[in-house]
Amino acid sequence: MALTGLDIFKQLPKTNCKECGSPTCLAFAMAMANGKASLDMCPHASEAAKEFLGAATAPPVKTVKVGVGEQEVVMGDETVLFRHDKTFYHPTALAIQISDTLSGAELDAKIEKINGLVMDRVGQQVAIQMVAVTNCSKDAAKFKAAVEAVAAKAKFALLLAGDLAALEAAVPAVAAKKPLIHAATAENWEKVVALAKANNCPVVVKGNGLDDTAALVEKVAKEYKELVLDFGNTAQAKTLAEMVNARRLAIKKKFRPFGYPMLACTLATDAKEEVVEAATYVAKYASIICMKADEKHHLLPLMAWRMNVYTDPQKPMAVEGKVYEIGDVTPDCPVYVCTNFALTYFAVEGEVVGSKIPGYIVAVDTDGSSVLTGWASGKFVAEPIYEFVKNSGVMDKVNHNSIVIPGYVAIISGKLKEISSYNVIVGPQEAVGIPAFAKANYPQLMK
Amino acid sequence: MATNMLKERYSGKINTVTLGATKEQGGTRTSTVTVGGDSTMPFLHFEGDMPLKPVIAMEIEDIKPDWHPFLKEVYADVMDNPVAWAKKCVEFGADLIYIKLNGAHPDNGNKSPEECAKVVKDVLAAVGVPLIVVGCGEEEKDNAVLPVVAEAAAGENLLIGLAKQDSYKSVAAAAMVHKHKVLAQSPLDINICKQLNILISELGLAPENVIIDPATAALGYGIEYTYSILERGRLGALQGDKMLSQPVICQIGHEAWRAKEANALEADFPNWGDQGERAILWEAMTAAGLLQGGAHIMVLRHPEAVRLVKKNAEQLMIKPEI
Repeated sequence: MALTGLDIFKQLPKTNCKECGSPTCLAFAMAMANGKASLDMCPHASEAAKEFLGAATAPPVKTVKVGVGEQEVVMGDETVLFRHDKTFYHPTALAIQISDTLSGAELDAKIEKINGLVMDRVGQQVAIQMVAVTNCSKDAAKFKAAVEAVAAKAKFALLLAGDLAALEAAVPAVAAKKPLIHAATAENWEKVVALAKANNCPVVVKGNGLDDTAALVEKVAKEYKELVLDFGNTAQAKTLAEMVNARRLAIKKKFRPFGYPMLACTLATDAKEEVVEAATYVAKYASIICMKADEKHHLLPLMAWRMNVYTDPQKPMAVEGKVYEIGDVTPDCPVYVCTNFALTYFAVEGEVVGSKIPGYIVAVDTDGSSVLTGWASGKFVAEPIYEFVKNSGVMDKVNHNSIVIPGYVAIISGKLKEISSYNVIVGPQEAVGIPAFAKANYPQLMK
Repeated sequence: MATNMLKERYSGKINTVTLGATKEQGGTRTSTVTVGGDSTMPFLHFEGDMPLKPVIAMEIEDIKPDWHPFLKEVYADVMDNPVAWAKKCVEFGADLIYIKLNGAHPDNGNKSPEECAKVVKDVLAAVGVPLIVVGCGEEEKDNAVLPVVAEAAAGENLLIGLAKQDSYKSVAAAAMVHKHKVLAQSPLDINICKQLNILISELGLAPENVIIDPATAALGYGIEYTYSILERGRLGALQGDKMLSQPVICQIGHEAWRAKEANALEADFPNWGDQGERAILWEAMTAAGLLQGGAHIMVLRHPEAVRLVKKNAEQLMIKPEI
């Protein structure tokens, strides 16, 4: 809800001291209402004013971007605690670590491996988003060299993790790529934040738990607002509790210090344990997970989980409405008709595969509704089914005239038969019955 | 600066349900399993209690099933012997054994109710952990089999099922008479889930005798539906809805091992990497995701997935200082 200048003015100290840069408190209030000024420019603002205005004039979680061009990763800007309340918007970015102790051929091989972490799943490309170069060598020059090598070759946005000297050496060299700097701590924040500001890069503020991090962010946010939070991971259950609290405070209480994207690092050392741990952080609000696992077979399940959690619950998942060929189809194979609701389709597909009898599946476009929903709404009844099957061309691929419809819509079989002159076979009600159905009806096709 | 933690105040909590009965309690189990009792969202120890850890049930069948080749590798020597199979699962760390009486199905040998009851008795004699027993899925047959099993195992405090919206009476009645718990399954629909619990309670079975199965969809194949239904059910329970306050069981193994990602060969999908690791993680990741939704009993198949999920749950149960 946008506030007017007068709403804001009521909360100001009304000293007209000009220390904020505006001639009067009212002028400052108008500037704030127009987004030209922020409350932290006023040194005399009360805590109550900060709470009221901070909450009302900004989204609960700030949008922060890392990387440039195609590598850009957008984080934050979330508004709910449960996906069923609306949706989660910006999928958790996975950042894979590269140690700066690698060099030469080893480093090149590692970069190449990480660049390969792009996969295809259910028609979509899934990939990691970031490469995290870590200053394990504790040597600033080595770090700079590794960062430059990674920046030159890596296909993903950069996260640079090191101490002050290392960051000061490496950040300016790759500033054009807008890396995420890790991390500003209680000891070094003034210099790290100055470095981030000078290079126009987002920076991670790393504290020790909720209170400590909030206090640090309060200080940092006066200087710079392109921030990501790190509560200093110590254990999975603690990180979970911290992220849940922070996100709740940001959304429900508009608590500004926690109104930023969050980063979590996995603690497990075994790759499989690591991805299972990461499942928790994907579900509970992490914008970035920094991890070591770099094998496709380990990351694919995690990426699928991320894809699922960030699916919009208000939009039905649909597969493309078309003919799918399952197995080594021949003109003798059965033709199954179902809807293009993803769960319906995958249930049927799974059972057709399981039947070990190749077949065609016609996923009729019902705007992603299930069989009974589609039937009730008139999208999965005789005419549209006939039109779709006819236009799909599936009947030209087979040497018979039969289609199998779901048992739940047996009622439409007569009409469908009449208008299409197909031999309409009523299949089982549940997809689970398909193997037995297929075995009974097409024994000659058993493989 | 001190941040005020935002603690939710909940009025309700998840029921506590105990499965199995020891000798003193009228059964023959050497251990019992109690789940539920949570007065907070999953693993948020700072605002409520999560007194009992999530548990693992490992799945077996009474006749040799056609499972995934990797599972066959693990169980090759025991798959045609439910007694040996159950023992092996207990060695792998199963808190409970989940036995599916597939042999009762008219297409799978059509075992008589008495034969099914004998299998259950044999497994009970072989292992000390509590048992979950479900029918073959053919409604009419299950209605004949489950009451006989319930009677034969009277006193053992089984979890038996499945009770569904249009066929719950005979299994719920059998559970009531022979003092077992009921596994109530609804098809990914929280309204049907609640309605089924109401119907069962109207038969006179207290809510404390029911465990909810919201229907599990696997990772990549609709898990987010199951996940959100778990979250909504749990929120409902914490707000005091008694008909959503039952602990939750998720039948993960069956779904996860059907996924294409578990079955595709590396030769055909080189971009997906090693099939073995990928398949096991498909099961473990489905479980890890549903743990965050609030699953209490997870039905799994592969021992490595069991290890991973147990470890994850243990870490999440460590109450942090924050």
